[in-house]
Amino acid sequence: MKVLVPVKRVVDYNVKVRVKADGSGVETANVKHSMNPFDEIAVEEAVRLKEAGRVEEIVAVSLGEQSSQETLRTALAMGADRAILVATDEALQPLAVAKALAALVEREQPGLVIAGKQAIDDDANQTAQMLAALLGWGQGTFACGVELGDDAVTVSREVDGGTQTVRLKLPAVVSTDLRLNEPRYVKLPNIMKAKKKQLDVIDAGELGVDLAPRLTTLNVAEPPKRQGGVKVASVAELVEKLRNEAKVI
Amino acid sequence: MANVLIIAEHDNAALGQGTLSTVTAAAEIGGDVDVLVAGHDCRSVADAAAALPGVARVLHSEAPHYEHPTAEDMAALVTELARGYSHVLAPASTFGKNFLPRVAAGLDVAMVSDIVGVESADTFRRPIYAGNAIATVQSQDAIKVVSVRATGFDPAATEGGSAAVESLEAMPHADIAEFVDESLTSSDRPELTAAEIVVSGGRGLGSGENFQLIERIADRLGAAVGASRAAVDAGFVPNDYQVGQTGKIVAPKLYIAVGISGAIQHLAGMKDSKVVVAINKDEEAPIFEIADYGLVADLFEALPELESELDKTG
Repeated sequence: MKVLVPVKRVVDYNVKVRVKADGSGVETANVKHSMNPFDEIAVEEAVRLKEAGRVEEIVAVSLGEQSSQETLRTALAMGADRAILVATDEALQPLAVAKALAALVEREQPGLVIAGKQAIDDDANQTAQMLAALLGWGQGTFACGVELGDDAVTVSREVDGGTQTVRLKLPAVVSTDLRLNEPRYVKLPNIMKAKKKQLDVIDAGELGVDLAPRLTTLNVAEPPKRQGGVKVASVAELVEKLRNEAKVI
Repeated sequence: MANVLIIAEHDNAALGQGTLSTVTAAAEIGGDVDVLVAGHDCRSVADAAAALPGVARVLHSEAPHYEHPTAEDMAALVTELARGYSHVLAPASTFGKNFLPRVAAGLDVAMVSDIVGVESADTFRRPIYAGNAIATVQSQDAIKVVSVRATGFDPAATEGGSAAVESLEAMPHADIAEFVDESLTSSDRPELTAAEIVVSGGRGLGSGENFQLIERIADRLGAAVGASRAAVDAGFVPNDYQVGQTGKIVAPKLYIAVGISGAIQHLAGMKDSKVVVAINKDEEAPIFEIADYGLVADLFEALPELESELDKTG
């Protein structure tokens, strides 16, 4: 079986983002970028399925500027077999990404798509579900366990009250949650090998899908700041303050 | 004029808290509000929805496959129904997040995730970058598909309304996805996202067993128990305890963080709490920068002391 894994280049999760003074967005120039952490988990899961003999080929896909090639090289170094960049300088919204991925699925005919559940920049949590809808496939979102069979995949999902299990006919879309696995560290020899793997760049226009944004961002602002308060010297003082000053207990 | 459809989250017995906040968000958008209750043996939920002030109509759809509806089945039902509305709203819980993007894609419209504010009928505020920025976004689509963050809106009153309940024919089950089973954490404590007080433990607790120290404080305060990602990843407590960017978002009256350093992703889940208390032995811990009351102490000494202090009548 072939697995398609979409990956996104985002501002690294350790970076404290700064809102631009003109309110147009957050500062992304000269800031460290890396693969969206949930997508790393998706790549790792695909590689483990391949190592377990359930998957023959892993195709990593990214959409965006040429710089996303770095992110695809990381996926290749982790164990993806080849990569495709859908190149565009436009900022893409989840519906557009889902449409582009659906077009790639038509070309590549994977049996399974494994995607991160959300990107840590726009925090939308939409693309995997939208892709499944466009393809008419089943979806297993927020996965903490994936068992891949020949014609079905069983997915354990993290839900608000605990965990839920669904069984999906293949082909299907899975989106990964944090505890599905722990992605491997990429070793230097694999980084070298990844440079020789196939990475195709196609122009987004070639896919023939509508990528126009539907949402307009009018403003991006800092959230209200929380001020630090006081240090108390003892448990007794804490309880006294909670009772008589904050009046919350 | 707006015409809002709310998809109710429920367990076939009672309406979820998130649904009440969604009703408030709908009221801010304005216009008529209908509520869809799809479930199995869930007449009591439909009646509860009919009692919500401001609701014009409750659409009640019954089917065995709606007892634990798959995203595929929910989306099929909602996508059909949505064509008659200007807005489709659901709570931004794992329930709403699962099927709502499917609805948006089916309608060929964008979705606005996790709103915390309504500026106008087509403009909403939502957190991005783990809440480190707030974006104001405007939707150009004819139907606005929106998920609502419960902590962004006060829960609506649960009585005063008298909407008509109409039955709505179920859609056939889509066999591309089947519900298999569910394992939910049972607890006598309040639900994490609805609790007035939350006591959370972090890596500092050292073990799952030590979480009893947290639970004893929670029980004295009638509080819910939460945890940091580090504590969940270490296996101290189940995943549904996690407060943070990718876990639950809470905004109680009082949040007590014990042995939690205060990573950005944890703060994203609790920084809208009214009063924050931090107990940590590391006085440099970032949690102290946002805490109203900080206590630098060894939690293994502080928690038993707190317990006995709370037992004294105040």
